[in-house]
Amino acid sequence: MILKEKNALVTGGSRGIGRATAIELSKEGANVIITYNSNEEKAKEVIKEVEKNGVKGLAIKADVSSEEDVKSMMKTIKSQFDSIDVLVNNAGVTKDNLLIRMKSEDWDKVINTNLKGVYLCTKAVVRGMMKKRHGKIVNIASVVGISGNAGQGNYSASKAGVIGFTKSIAKELGSRGINVNGVAPGFVETDMTEVLSEDIKEQSLKLIPLNRFAKPEDIANVVVFLCSEKANYITGQIINVDGGMLM
Amino acid sequence: MEIFETIRGIICEQLEIEDEETITMETSIMDDLEADSLDAVEVMMDIEDEFDIEIPDEDAEEFKNIADIVKYIEEKIA
Repeated sequence: MILKEKNALVTGGSRGIGRATAIELSKEGANVIITYNSNEEKAKEVIKEVEKNGVKGLAIKADVSSEEDVKSMMKTIKSQFDSIDVLVNNAGVTKDNLLIRMKSEDWDKVINTNLKGVYLCTKAVVRGMMKKRHGKIVNIASVVGISGNAGQGNYSASKAGVIGFTKSIAKELGSRGINVNGVAPGFVETDMTEVLSEDIKEQSLKLIPLNRFAKPEDIANVVVFLCSEKANYITGQIINVDGGMLM
Repeated sequence: MEIFETIRGIICEQLEIEDEETITMETSIMDDLEADSLDAVEVMMDIEDEFDIEIPDEDAEEFKNIADIVKYIEEKIA
């Protein structure tokens, strides 16, 4: 086990990549705290899975784009856990539309959750990491933050923002023993991509050399590696986990 | 004097300085102790926590040495 007795916080941990990451982290011995936005039942199921691995688990309802929610989340965490060693900024939403049809509330919603949420959660945990001179932060970006994607102006902008943030904070915190990296998934089989049409799925598959979509675990495995001591000399990097879609 | 000693303790811990005597009222955190900007911010945040006060960035920028910080805190908690 490579994360024994570490405390890990995974935002948006009730489903998809966050869920898989929470479970994989627990398999490596980490206590896992997840946040969820609406689905309490699913979040509790994840915690059950996590606890099966003999570690502590906790689900907290929080909107990561709300400073107040993040503050109260940290209070709850501090009352039950020593401090956070690992942060996975995973919570994210899509509100896809062509630019000329995109409402400004859909722009705000995506930027606030995907980008401001990363800022707020990172800021909230980073002081404890600075004091301990140790910490691992992994931000879930997306290949579309690098390549762009028609119909995802807001989402790709938020993910490009996450990539810039990752690199800047890696530079700021390197001297404190804190590694900050990003993972850029390609097409992953989650609720987020479930809603796409068969046509789009078929077209996307043609662009993937490995000829399949990712399972959430494919992404989680890389996240776990970046959260471990094995990745101590990696910081400020964005690792594409996309079956070779973007090279 | 107590305030000075508390600040000295915070600085020594943050910058891993073993000999407290190297720090006097005239010491400048950044110029004399080779602290970087992040060190300075961390020291300020620890001071804020310790004395339960808020030090805005524009105030912190005015501090030239530890005497300035002591004076500032004395005024704040008075």
